[in-house]
Amino acid sequence: MRKLLLGTALFLAACSQADTPVATDEAYQDTLQLALLDAKPGDIITIPAGTHSLDRGLSLAADGVTIRGEGMDVSILSFKGQIAGAEGLLVTGDNVVLENFAVEDSKGDAIKINDTDGVTVRGVRVEWTGEAKTENGAYGLYPVQTTNVLIEDVVAIGASDAGIYVGQSRGVIVRNSRAERNVAGIEIENTQDADVYGNLTTDNTGGILVFNMPGLTQPGGRVRVYDNDVYENDRSNFGHPGTPVASIPAGSGVVINSHDDVEIFENRIRDNRTANIIIASVYSSNFADSSFSDTFDPYPDRIHVHSNELSGGGNKPDGMELKAAKTVKFGLTGHFPHVLWDGYARGDEDPKICIEEPNAEVFNADLPNESKNMRVEMDLHRCTLPRLPAVTLNAG
Amino acid sequence: MKRFVLIVAGLLAACSQGSDSVVFHAASNPATLADWNVLDIRQGHLVPSGGSTVYEVNAPLFTDYAHKMRTIYSPSVAPVRDDGSLDFAVGTVISKTFYYPENETGTVITPDNGRDAIDLSTHRLIETRLMVLRETGWSPVSYVWNEAETEARLKRTGAVVPLTLSGTDFAYVVPNENQCAGCHATDMTTKVLHPLGATGPQIKNRGHMVVSGIMQHGATAVQADYRDTNLSLDDRARSYLAGNCAHCHNPVGPADTSGLDLSLSAQVGPEMGRCKPPIAAGSGTGGHKFSIMPGDPDNSIMTYRLASTDPGSMMPELGRGLVHAEGVALIREWIAEMDGDCGT
Repeated sequence: MRKLLLGTALFLAACSQADTPVATDEAYQDTLQLALLDAKPGDIITIPAGTHSLDRGLSLAADGVTIRGEGMDVSILSFKGQIAGAEGLLVTGDNVVLENFAVEDSKGDAIKINDTDGVTVRGVRVEWTGEAKTENGAYGLYPVQTTNVLIEDVVAIGASDAGIYVGQSRGVIVRNSRAERNVAGIEIENTQDADVYGNLTTDNTGGILVFNMPGLTQPGGRVRVYDNDVYENDRSNFGHPGTPVASIPAGSGVVINSHDDVEIFENRIRDNRTANIIIASVYSSNFADSSFSDTFDPYPDRIHVHSNELSGGGNKPDGMELKAAKTVKFGLTGHFPHVLWDGYARGDEDPKICIEEPNAEVFNADLPNESKNMRVEMDLHRCTLPRLPAVTLNAG
Repeated sequence: MKRFVLIVAGLLAACSQGSDSVVFHAASNPATLADWNVLDIRQGHLVPSGGSTVYEVNAPLFTDYAHKMRTIYSPSVAPVRDDGSLDFAVGTVISKTFYYPENETGTVITPDNGRDAIDLSTHRLIETRLMVLRETGWSPVSYVWNEAETEARLKRTGAVVPLTLSGTDFAYVVPNENQCAGCHATDMTTKVLHPLGATGPQIKNRGHMVVSGIMQHGATAVQADYRDTNLSLDDRARSYLAGNCAHCHNPVGPADTSGLDLSLSAQVGPEMGRCKPPIAAGSGTGGHKFSIMPGDPDNSIMTYRLASTDPGSMMPELGRGLVHAEGVALIREWIAEMDGDCGT
């Protein structure tokens, strides 16, 4: 009898989770949005403890405002019942601080910050609860065309594109944060002067991505990725077909695509089943055949990998071609070296892909020549580069 | 005595004319729409009042098949600037009332712009939005009508109005005050709001507006009416995209992050979507690789997003819960007729 009761209780619990329609807390939604509309520089808008169900995206346009909750697991804005808005919260004001609250289950992106100067996001959680699935929103934290950006102590889970994505920005620090069960854990795209350190990325399809895409307002440049833990990012790619991240092989640790001046050092990168570090050109992505403008540089140049702890991984690459290449060159039980390079470079110029690691070799997949001469090579990569400067943010 | 009566009558007339002018609120927004005297209910009809004049536009924004009555009150004759915008004076009040015919059965395909009286016995009023030109610039103000259609009250945080159109239930969403800027601030850096429909190229009944003293006569381009099938397919499609997308998708707009420019000045090529890969589309790709795949609307992100009602996928992001079937059909036809491929 006792057992039966327990069973029933569990059953009811399961039911209530799945079937209860989400009732929008309309009074709170009005209160919060009104506070956002009325906010003046210096104001602090507090989000009380509890889970607040909202059905429309929030927006903040004022400068100098702080939105503060009581903790990332305490003050929760839930968008499970969202019917309108491409994000949970849209911020277009300068010098905004977001801290200690959570945005859950938004239909599109969780928090988008567009075209602002001075962004601080601290202790915020963005999450799609339940299974990591394609229907989840694209980006968790999404500052784009922003300057002086500090993201710290945040948690990003379940994004169908990138958990933490910084795009087309200048002066960026992403630190001490955690990204799990996303397609891309942390992605820095077309961004200049970014430091990514002290983060933990695991169980994503790719751990940390540094990308440069054609046709945007600015190219990326000078990104430092250091002191991060990047391990077991082996989750099957659940990105939307057609998106750039959908071409990331499961089991990618740190991925650099068409980006110049990247320094990867003092990270602990291990057990990413395709490769711990992948360096590639847009030519080996989904968009090899797209037309680029003449000013777009598709080749990764001056990539400096040094002083990392690299172990495991490369043993079970994703995708038929990589699997076959691994088996042919390293055998069924072998593994790729720690660094995988697609082999694209500008003419016969030295791309300066410098690997200063005692136990790391580079596998050149020779994609420009249809992989006719796939090879492990180190001669080209025994070089060094000047260190990149640390990022300093201008105080708002 | 006769003379005295005449004078009194004259005075009364002057008075009534005075009180029948639009009331300009220079700093704050009154609680009800009636306080502006931009519109009035007379004999069961919503009509322009206070010197407001109804205007029509060539390329209207789709808003869930809502009909729209647009008015301008302009305290002086607005000159036409070189870029086609109107140089309105402080005190200008522009209104747009969203409404539906009631007991609608068929699909609404005729946005009847220009109607200068809405019969309340056969129509349901939803909201009236104002753009008011103050010393500080354009202010957006939204009023939501009560079900009795007797009063529209200020609603800054937006609202959801459940509606059924031709058997389809949907949520009509009134935007919040910040979201007004989402469309009306077309330059994301300056974030300055301005009217989108009350411009030289967009105003359809320009002659009437000139005669009514709203604007000066000025030589500006005329944006194509995308509903006019006598015009070229390219002109119609480009005008549709400009009217519905370019407030964000222009070289300095909120959506310049995507690299997609749908303004009339965009060059045919990747910047206009042709063979352009997505950047941050997420689920909006629909599994497709390019915004426009020439000749292949079924494999184009643009048509996918226009035909979606999922908030995470659809375009425009705001302002609709239904698909504009006629708009999608126009863009599909346009893409279908494009030559070439994306080299794949």
